[in-house]
Amino acid sequence: MIPLDLVTALPELLLACLAMALLMFGAFRGDKATPTVLLLSVVTLVVLIGLIALGPRGEGTAFGGLFVSDGYGDFMKVLVLVGSATAMVMSLRYFEQEGVVRFEYPILMLFATLGMLMMISANDLISLYLGLELQSLSLYVIAAIRRDSLRSTEAGLKYFVLGALSSGMLLYGASLIYGFTGTTSFETLADVFAESAAAGHGPPLGVIIGLVFLLAGLAFKISAVPFHMWTPDVYEGAPTPITAFFATAPKIAAIALLCRVMTGPFGEFVAQWQQIVIFISIASMILGAFAAIYQTNIKRLMAYSSIGHVGYALVGLAAGTEEGVRGLVIYMAIYVIMNLGTWGCILCMRRKQIMVEDIDDLKGLSKSNPMMALALGIFMFSMAGIPPLAGFFGKLYVFLAAIESGLYTLAVIGVLSSVVGAFYYLRIVKLMYFDEPAEAFDRPIGREMTVILTGTSLLILLFFVVPGPLMSGAAAAVSALFAG
Amino acid sequence: MIVQALAFYLFAAVVVGAGVMVISARNPVHSVLFLIVAFFNAAGLFVLMGAEFLAMILIVVYVGAVAVLFLFVVMMLDINFVELRQGFLQYLPIGGLIGLILLIELLTVLGAWAVAPEAGVVVGTPMPPPDLTTNTQALGEVLYTKYIYLFQAAGLILLVAMIGAIVLSLRRREGVRRQNIGAQISRPREAAIEVRKVPSRSGI
Amino acid sequence: MEGLLAEYLPILIFLGIAAAMAVIMVVAAYIVARQRPDSEKDSAYECGFEAFDDARGRFDVRFYLVAILFIIFDLEVAFLFPWAVALGEIGEFGFWSMVIFLSVLTIGFVYEWKKGALEWE
Repeated sequence: MIPLDLVTALPELLLACLAMALLMFGAFRGDKATPTVLLLSVVTLVVLIGLIALGPRGEGTAFGGLFVSDGYGDFMKVLVLVGSATAMVMSLRYFEQEGVVRFEYPILMLFATLGMLMMISANDLISLYLGLELQSLSLYVIAAIRRDSLRSTEAGLKYFVLGALSSGMLLYGASLIYGFTGTTSFETLADVFAESAAAGHGPPLGVIIGLVFLLAGLAFKISAVPFHMWTPDVYEGAPTPITAFFATAPKIAAIALLCRVMTGPFGEFVAQWQQIVIFISIASMILGAFAAIYQTNIKRLMAYSSIGHVGYALVGLAAGTEEGVRGLVIYMAIYVIMNLGTWGCILCMRRKQIMVEDIDDLKGLSKSNPMMALALGIFMFSMAGIPPLAGFFGKLYVFLAAIESGLYTLAVIGVLSSVVGAFYYLRIVKLMYFDEPAEAFDRPIGREMTVILTGTSLLILLFFVVPGPLMSGAAAAVSALFAG
Repeated sequence: MIVQALAFYLFAAVVVGAGVMVISARNPVHSVLFLIVAFFNAAGLFVLMGAEFLAMILIVVYVGAVAVLFLFVVMMLDINFVELRQGFLQYLPIGGLIGLILLIELLTVLGAWAVAPEAGVVVGTPMPPPDLTTNTQALGEVLYTKYIYLFQAAGLILLVAMIGAIVLSLRRREGVRRQNIGAQISRPREAAIEVRKVPSRSGI
Repeated sequence: MEGLLAEYLPILIFLGIAAAMAVIMVVAAYIVARQRPDSEKDSAYECGFEAFDDARGRFDVRFYLVAILFIIFDLEVAFLFPWAVALGEIGEFGFWSMVIFLSVLTIGFVYEWKKGALEWE
């Protein structure tokens, strides 16, 4: 009998059980229990954060090597859980105001989060796929949860069709890799590749093609160019709090998975995947910078901005070194905080109980709501990478790592495209501070929003004062990844 | 041996032919029926490879359920399929190109196909010889114990699929009289029957 | 391998006979029977509808829901076959593994029931 090591997978098991319990609770109580279900879901996620950060941590593999728990996974899981929990807190008011309260959506978010945790902990191609599929399936449904809204259903359908295509590519790649090596376990794959490198023959062609397909499938999930086309439409069409969720937690999970796969089993093939990652990274940075300039809808703008951010984060992976991945982890942590704050501001853009999404609606916000304008201004400056805000440090570390690995072109292109990107971030600041005021937004924005906006903007603003915890946490996480 | 080869070519030819018909049939219902033919023959190919369990699952799940679902969907969508097909020739070059690239890739891969020599010793679950144990038995021996994590994950995915299908397509219809069996059974005698004294020569 | 396939030979022969019979009947009807069709003979006579429209009416979305739920439980049943065959070897652990799987899906079933997805209305 295989050892189960249930403690190692305790957070996942707990999340699965509680999600099912909440499903039962909701099924018996009906949609009027949604606030309770949502509250309990948030409590669940907070408990999980505590469990992962402080609780008895079972390091090592579980379920016969299909599942791995290490410092890297724990760090990324906390990021995912913070993203999910915050997005969930932000969502309640929206769904109540829009009059489409359904108790299933927090539960689907919980299942999506479970899928993300499974992705981060995947130690086998099959568990990778199943985690990814659990996550994606839940996300397809919540993208279309406003089923009477044409845009929401269209977003859900587009996401589903393209997501299914990318899953297909990923499976094709995974089966090629399995066909050429006879194993799906990450550890065994690494052993096989190390031995064949030691024996002096390069990677078989099939494995390389499989790797390319695997990368393509994962690039889809992190919406990196050239697999980004679903992002603006889905971000625009999905309900805004759901988009806030899409822009944070699933991205972290997919990026974490990508790093684990590339540095773990395919660590021998840095030379092969480095070129692809460099290409994806450059294309994402450039597209994110230029395509966002012409957007008038803030949700679309944020979609292109997130494509650009993925490009910057991948600079760290392209470096292929421990410093590079550490830069990427720091970048993603800061990205989550910035994005949650920005999406919180977008959720507060509401006039006469109707959401507005145009960038022009932000005109003169500094006069009608100076605090919100200040918060959004901080996020925009940080995204543009202006020191001393947190976003600057994120970019700094990935670019430094790229330069250390001798990828000068990549670093230069990154800096140039972040200059271009700064244009549209600063344009929003200009609209808020120097344009004639438009009609004010609805107030009050709600206590939970105030807390989230204050918290995230303070974190971004004051990051440079105490960068220690994040830096050392990321360093410990990445050294765990490279040690294992 | 010759029967085996003949059967292989028969099944393979029908699968490919049916596959072509799926995308070229004018009527979408015919497409689905050709898909069923393709499924059946693919099941035949699985049997030839010794994968009986997969073959039977293909018939039970794909022919029995998935194809029926496809039929429902085709019948449910009121699409003018003639209009839909107009883009067919327009997209043929790019679609054909992608198909060709995939085919060339597959051929180059097959040309170089060799399991890495180091892999032989590490294979996680060696395949038992098919003469000693059946497919189903071999699967059952590892699926529920060694791969319990994946098995339960699959269960959760099915659960999410169930929730998703209901969230997206279930509607309560207004103005429909529903049977409430609980209320029906728990109704006391007093609520159902009323005894009235009817005076003679006059109604109630 | 050979032994396994030999067991399937009767099915192959059966398929062959079935296909041949179908073809023979259709072809024989063409060759043997006398055919002198005219418009009256070809038209629908007394019984049967005049073919005047597309046979495909629109189906309700409820059929789709039922079909999807059926597929899910069909897959669940597919997982039961290897379990039943191998239960002797996998012992108590395998038994409880399946019980957990089934209870996850039972939760889904209860959810369906409570939502009224199983009622036709």
